[in-house]
Amino acid sequence: MSISRRTFLKVLGSGVTAAGLTEVICKRSSWAATIPPAKIKDAGITHSICPFCGVGCGLVAHTKGGKLVNVEGDPDHPINQGSLCSKGQAVMEVVTSPRRLKKVRYRAPHSDKWEEKDLDWAINILAQRVKATRDASFLAKSPAGMTVNRTEALASIGGAALNNEECYLIAKLTRALGIVYLEHQARL
Amino acid sequence: MASLGPTFGRGAMTNHWNDLANSDCLMIIGCNPAENHPISFKWITAAQEKGAKLIVVDPRFTRSASKADLYVRLRPGTDIALMGGLINYVLKNNLFHQDYVANYTNAAFLVNKDFAFSEGLFSGYQKEKRAYNAATWDYEIDKEGKPVTDPTLSNPRGVFQLMKAHYARYTPEMVAAITGVPEDVFLKMAALYGATGRPGRSGSILYAMGGTQHSTGVQIIRSYSILQMLLGNMGMAGGGINALRGENNVQGSTDMALLFHLVPGYLAAPNEAAHPTLKDYLDKETPKASFWMNKPKFFVSLLKAYWGDAAKKENDFAYDYLPKAGKGFQGAGYSWIPLFEAMGAGAIKGMLVWGMNPAVGSANLNQTYSALDKLQWLAVFDLWETDTSVFWKRPGASPRDIKTEVFLFPAVDSLEKEGSASNSGRWIQWRYQAVKPHGDARSDLWYANRLGLELKKLYQADANAVFPDPIVNLHWNYGADPDVHLVAREINGYTVVDKKQVLNFLGLKDDGSTACGCWIYSGFYPGPDKKDNKAAARDKKDPSGLGLYPGWAFAWPVNRRIIYNRCSADPQGQPWNTKKALVRWDPLAKAWKNSDVADFKWIDPATKVHVPPEESAKAPFLMLPEGKSRFFVPKGLCKDGPFPEHYEALECPFNNPMSAQQSNPAVRIWKSSLDKLAQVSDPRFPIIATTFRLTEHWQAGAMTRNLTWQAELMPEMFVEISPTLARAKGIKPGDWVRVKSIRGEVLARANVTHRVAPFCCGAKGSQNTAEMVALPWHFGFAGYITGGSDGRQNYAANQLAPQIGDANTMIPEYKVFLVNVEKV
Repeated sequence: MSISRRTFLKVLGSGVTAAGLTEVICKRSSWAATIPPAKIKDAGITHSICPFCGVGCGLVAHTKGGKLVNVEGDPDHPINQGSLCSKGQAVMEVVTSPRRLKKVRYRAPHSDKWEEKDLDWAINILAQRVKATRDASFLAKSPAGMTVNRTEALASIGGAALNNEECYLIAKLTRALGIVYLEHQARL
Repeated sequence: MASLGPTFGRGAMTNHWNDLANSDCLMIIGCNPAENHPISFKWITAAQEKGAKLIVVDPRFTRSASKADLYVRLRPGTDIALMGGLINYVLKNNLFHQDYVANYTNAAFLVNKDFAFSEGLFSGYQKEKRAYNAATWDYEIDKEGKPVTDPTLSNPRGVFQLMKAHYARYTPEMVAAITGVPEDVFLKMAALYGATGRPGRSGSILYAMGGTQHSTGVQIIRSYSILQMLLGNMGMAGGGINALRGENNVQGSTDMALLFHLVPGYLAAPNEAAHPTLKDYLDKETPKASFWMNKPKFFVSLLKAYWGDAAKKENDFAYDYLPKAGKGFQGAGYSWIPLFEAMGAGAIKGMLVWGMNPAVGSANLNQTYSALDKLQWLAVFDLWETDTSVFWKRPGASPRDIKTEVFLFPAVDSLEKEGSASNSGRWIQWRYQAVKPHGDARSDLWYANRLGLELKKLYQADANAVFPDPIVNLHWNYGADPDVHLVAREINGYTVVDKKQVLNFLGLKDDGSTACGCWIYSGFYPGPDKKDNKAAARDKKDPSGLGLYPGWAFAWPVNRRIIYNRCSADPQGQPWNTKKALVRWDPLAKAWKNSDVADFKWIDPATKVHVPPEESAKAPFLMLPEGKSRFFVPKGLCKDGPFPEHYEALECPFNNPMSAQQSNPAVRIWKSSLDKLAQVSDPRFPIIATTFRLTEHWQAGAMTRNLTWQAELMPEMFVEISPTLARAKGIKPGDWVRVKSIRGEVLARANVTHRVAPFCCGAKGSQNTAEMVALPWHFGFAGYITGGSDGRQNYAANQLAPQIGDANTMIPEYKVFLVNVEKV
C-alpha cells in the first residue's frame, strides 16, 4: 500500500503508533474520526506583529471563547512568510504565563516586601507624586530671564516595546509636564 | 542615527528587510542577524542563492559568520580603521562609482582654507573643554553665499582630495596593525566589496549595536556611510545602510521622540539658549534650502495637536508650554548617562519607567543601582516583576536602607491591545487585539491617558498649582477607556476646523489651521474610518518584483520603501541597473515611471507636469540643504570631526598605532566615585571584553527570562573564552569563573570556544597579543531564571561595562572594556 506524504504526516500528527499504522491507513473516513480536532479549528483569527526584535514578523493568533489557543507566524506576511524564531514561537506564553502581573504592587519606603494595591488608589497616588515633584522643582524662568517651564526632578524612560500611539501619548504628557529627562532604549 | 542624519538627511534604515534579497554583496558588521534578527536571514539567504556574496565582520565567529563567503575577525572598536583601509583601497584602485560620487555627493565642494587635521586632531580643538570649535569645518562660500565647487574633483581643498589624503594613511599594513585583520584577508575583503562600485552593482551594509556602542560610535557608522557613497550604493535596491533595530518598535518610539533632544518627527526639542521664542525656533531651525524649509508647518501643527484651541496665533501656538532645555546635568545635556548621573547625585526625585529594565540594561550597573536608591519614588509599568522594579531587594542591598517608594503597574502584552508598531524598515504595521488583559492589567495607552486625566483633575482643583496651563489646556480627549484610533488619527494629522484627516504632510500649514502629532507619519491614517488605516493594509502584490510590497502596511515617509531612490538612476534618470529600477525617466513620454514612491521632486503638484531628471539630479538628498550626501560633514554636526578618524576605546590594551591621540578627544569623562576607568594596557585588567545577545533571550531579559521555553533553552550566564586563555588560566569548559572589571564583577560559566580568539595587534616587529572574552548581557537577578542558581548573585554583565558615551549620542561603550578572568 502506498502512503502519500500528506496521509503519513496526518497519521503521525494524530499520535498513532507505528504498530497501528496498517489498521488506520485505509480510507480517510475510517480513521478521521479518531483524530482529535486541531486546536485551531473554528478558532477566531487575529493578526498581529511579533513583540520582540525590529524585523516586524507577522503573527496569527487563534482564540476560542476569549482564550488564546495558539500563535504562529502569519503565512501571508511578506517578511516572515509564516516562519518565526525561537522567541517569536514563544509569544503565546507571554500571554498565558502565570508569572504575568495581575495586580498593582506597591513597596513602601524602607519596606522589604510588596503589597497588592487597588489600581485606582495607585494611579491616584502616582498622579499626586508626579504633581508634587513637578511643582516643587518647576523652573518657570532661567536665571537669565528666559521662559523655560521645565522640571529637572522628573524623568521618564522606556517605550521601544510599546505601540506608536502609546509612545505618542507618553511624549505628549511628559512634555506638557515640563519633563526634559526623557529617554529610552534608542540611546543604548 | 546621529550619523545617518547629518550624512544623508534622515536617521533611519534606508532600505528594508525584503530588499536584502536584491543585493549583490552584503557586509554584516556590528550585527549578527542570523542570531539576533533571525527571520531577516531568510532574505540574506535569498540573495546568496542568487549569487550574492556575504562578508561578515565580527570579533566573534557568530552563526552569521558561519554562512559567510568571507569572515573577517576584527578587534572590537576598530571599525574606522578597517573602513578607512577600504576607503583608501577603493580610491587608490579607482573602484569608486565616479558619476555617482561627482553628482550625488559633496565630493566637489571646496572646504574652508583654515580647516586642518594633524596628530589625530582636527582644527579647533580645545583641550580644556574636551571639545571642538567647529568654525573651520565648513565649505568655502562665494560672494553670493553659495558653496564653491570643483567638478573635476582635483582641487586639493576639495572634499574629495581632502578625504583621499586623510585615508591614504590607512594602508593595509596600518589596518592590520590596528584591527588584527591579516593583510591578505583585508585585501580579499577590499576586492570583494569594492566590486560593488561598478555601476549597476549594489552592496548593502548591515549594522546594529556592535557599530554604535562605542565612544566612536557615530564616526564608525559615518565610516560605513562614506564607503557606501563612494561605491554608489545609497538609494539602490539591494544597497543602502541598514540599521537593524533591536526592538519591535524602537523605530516608532524614536519617531515619536521619546528622547530628550527631539519632539515628534525629528524636530529639535527647543532649548533656552537658542529658542526662547517661537520666532527664534523657526528662524534658527528652518534651513533656507531642502525639504526642511517646511519645518514651520510641521512644528506649528504639532503644537496644535498638543494644545488644541489653547494654541493660538496670539500666544505663539502655546510655544511657552513646551519645556526649554537648559544645559543639563553638569552641562552634559539630559541623555541617558547624565540622567543616571543626575539621579546618582540626588537631583532627580521621581521616575516613570515604561517597559524598560535599566537595572540590567544600563552601563556601569553599580552606578545605576546607587542612583535608583536615591529616588523618592519610582513607577514601573511592565508585564513582569522586572529587575528594575525590585532593585531594592537586589543581591547585596538592604531594603531597610532604601527609601524609594515603588509602584509596579501590571501592563498588557501586544496581543492584548490594539495599535501600530514600526519595524526597522520603517513599515508601520497594525496589531489587533486578540484577547482581553488579565486582572487589573492595562495598556500603556490606558495608563498614560489615565495619568493625564488624573493630573488634569489635580491641576484644575488646585488654585496654588505651579503653572497649570500646559496640563489643564492639554488636548486630551481620548475617552476614559482611550480609543487608539483617535490617537492614530491625531498622529496622522487633520484640519482643525472640520477635523478632516490630511492626506499627507503636504496638507499641513503653519498658520494653526492644521494639527499633526508626527508629520513623518502623515498619510498612514488619511481618512476617518478604520478602513482608511493604511498600517493595517494587507495587499500582498509585488508589481516590481523587487519586494517593495507597496500595498502592505505603510512605510514612512509617504509609503516610500527605499529612501534616496533618485540615486538609483543616473543624472538623466536612467536606472544604473534596469533589473532593479526604482524610478525611470521616459524621455519620449517626458514622464517618470516609478516602482517606488519617488524621493525627489518628480511632478509639479500644481500643473501635474513631470519634472525633467536634470532638476532632481542636482539635489537627490532632499533633506539636506546642499542636496548632496556628505563625505565631509560641515559645521560640527558631528562633534568629533567632519571625517571619521580611528581612536581606541577608552579602555584598551593597545596604544593607538594611528596617532598620539589615544582615544576620542571629544568624549566626556565622568568623575563620580563609581565611574572608574582602567588605564591603557592596565596590568590588572589585561583582557578585552565585549557583550552580545542570544537568539533565545531578548534585551534586558524581562520578556524571555520569564518564559519557560526560553529559560530551558538558554538557562545560564556564561562567558566565551578562547582555548588559549582557558589553558593559561587552568579553566575547563563548564567551570564557573569570575569576570572582573574595575567597576564590578560577574559570575559566569566558562564556554571554552574557538568563537573567540586573541588579537595580535601593533606595528610590525612590536606586536602584542591580547585575549578577548564575550558575555551575553540578558541575565540579572529577578525573574523565573536569573542566569545562575545562587540567589545572592547578580548575573548582569553590565556590572562590568563603563559609563562612557559617544561624543555625539552619549550611547555607552558596552562593546569594549577591560577585564580579568579567574576561576572561582
